[in-house]
Amino acid sequence: MSRTIAKKKNSFGARVRRDFRKNWILYLMILPVVAYFIIFHYWPMYGIQLAFKDYEIKKGILGSAWVGLEHFQRFFSAYNFKNLILNTLGISLYTLLVGFPIPIIFALLLNYLRSRKLKKTVQMVSYAPHFISTVVICGMLTIFMNPDTGILNTLRGLIGLESVEFLAKPEWFKSIYVWSGVWQGMGWSSIIYISALAGVDYEMHEAAIMDGATKIQRMIHIDLPSIKPTIVMLLILQLGSMMNVGFEKVFLLQNSLNKSAASVISTYVYEVGLINNDYGYSTAVGLFNTIINVALLLGANLLCKKTSGESLF
Amino acid sequence: MRNRVAVKKFKRSYTDKIFDVVNVIIMLLLLVIFAWPLWFVLIASISDPAEVWAGNVLLIPKNLTLIAYETLLDYDVIWTGYGNTIFYAVVGTFINLVMTVCCAYPLSRKDFMPRKVLLLLFMFTMYFSGGLIPNYLVVSQVGLLDTRWAMIIPGAISVYNMLVVRSYFINSIPGELQEAATLDGANTAQYLWKVVLPLSKPVLAVVGLYYGVAHWNDFYTALIYIYNDKLLPLQSYLRNLLMTAQLTLSNTVGTAMSAAEIEALTKLEQTLKFSVIIVAAVPVLCIYPFIQKFFVKGVMVGSVKG
Repeated sequence: MSRTIAKKKNSFGARVRRDFRKNWILYLMILPVVAYFIIFHYWPMYGIQLAFKDYEIKKGILGSAWVGLEHFQRFFSAYNFKNLILNTLGISLYTLLVGFPIPIIFALLLNYLRSRKLKKTVQMVSYAPHFISTVVICGMLTIFMNPDTGILNTLRGLIGLESVEFLAKPEWFKSIYVWSGVWQGMGWSSIIYISALAGVDYEMHEAAIMDGATKIQRMIHIDLPSIKPTIVMLLILQLGSMMNVGFEKVFLLQNSLNKSAASVISTYVYEVGLINNDYGYSTAVGLFNTIINVALLLGANLLCKKTSGESLF
Repeated sequence: MRNRVAVKKFKRSYTDKIFDVVNVIIMLLLLVIFAWPLWFVLIASISDPAEVWAGNVLLIPKNLTLIAYETLLDYDVIWTGYGNTIFYAVVGTFINLVMTVCCAYPLSRKDFMPRKVLLLLFMFTMYFSGGLIPNYLVVSQVGLLDTRWAMIIPGAISVYNMLVVRSYFINSIPGELQEAATLDGANTAQYLWKVVLPLSKPVLAVVGLYYGVAHWNDFYTALIYIYNDKLLPLQSYLRNLLMTAQLTLSNTVGTAMSAAEIEALTKLEQTLKFSVIIVAAVPVLCIYPFIQKFFVKGVMVGSVKG
């Protein structure tokens, strides 16, 4: 008994030593990377304990007093808790309903374009907005939607509609956020579907054409089922980041007038953390968000595995 | 029988033709929707500010003028930001690439023992992180806060990009090459430098550009970690210029101004916003047509599972 354990230990240690001697260059290469991950990713995880502490700079993370779940209770009973959750989920659901299917439809339509030249042009132009920074996008939105001089209101004026100060109206915020996101991302998001569609067996299409199927029928009965694995994979990923509404765009578009709609968890974490310096509370809110995200990702993965046999891991 | 086949064929081609026409119309519309806002910014930046203000510039520039760009030349802070951003993009992307290869290559080798454990540890950080404040405290504790390196070091690797490179190493570099190189007496470092990296130019170009664009467009990192005006990147200055309604130019001109002068200045300021967008986006949009096929390839490589 003791001999087998000793042998096992010995063999593992020996294996590591042998591997190290043989691959020492690989170990050397990955050393800075491991150091990077330890310092900038795992060390902050140690700081998560702030969520359960009353942080005082003088005492440091370790020395500060434990307060248990006080920060979480404060968040759950905060006056804007419900609003934050609803905004975050609302924007996410809106994005999911609009932003998820549109690139798929776009890819399908592109796939049936007869003119290769038009296809290439549309593709190339559609990717361009992806490379524009969020700051510029938000700047353009602000200029375009200016109530006096914005082009959108000029156009509204041409057809006799009143000018609207879109960015000052909370009810417009979600639509502005989601549709500008569609404009920016639909081309780029469609790439992965286009490449999946290129892999669809053409013999199936030939058989369908022989049977007299129209293009729309071929789309629904051949293309969609063929790219289902890709769709499911991306759906899981999107569901997993439901609570991760991008900080930058909300932060840049928010102002004192639309703030009731333009506050999400990530902007709140920033506000209480770096503006109000309420470190413990901010960490707690962030942790709450991360945990829900991980749970959503695992849940979506499990659900997809059960219903369609596809899964991320 | 023949007749029925003919009818079927006719029907099919008929609905398909309608589909084709509608499809082309949709695509042309989309083309306009994608391109017009960018086109508008371009023509507005080279048109007479008063015409842009009045909403007369829609499809073609009016009264061509470069006054906005001339004003911009004197606008020093933008150029400070521009210089900083070039530094962050060049140095940052270089460090990103070195770290990414140093991570992806060992993890692509099946005979590297800790491969699975490390991969798991690195991928875990994609889904779970300490969050804003713990990250901030670490950056502050290692002394990077409010230095140039805060823009570069905390984001030294993107796990996603690393996975793209790794899957390229695994799937596109034949394993026999390594055996041949070993027989020829090359060690791992020589093999990586002389064989693997030259063969990986396409994927390195794609990933390098991903990183470069990310640095160019980065606003968040500076918001959190940089306070010193002299270190701020272009996007921070852009935000101040684009998102604030107040007159930025009037401060530079002086206080004694007539109403007409203020009005002219307001109009110029709007045009200035368009020109600054162009100046900021031009580097990225210029290289973009040449590399877009690589980008597409990169997305496809990245979509390979495992």
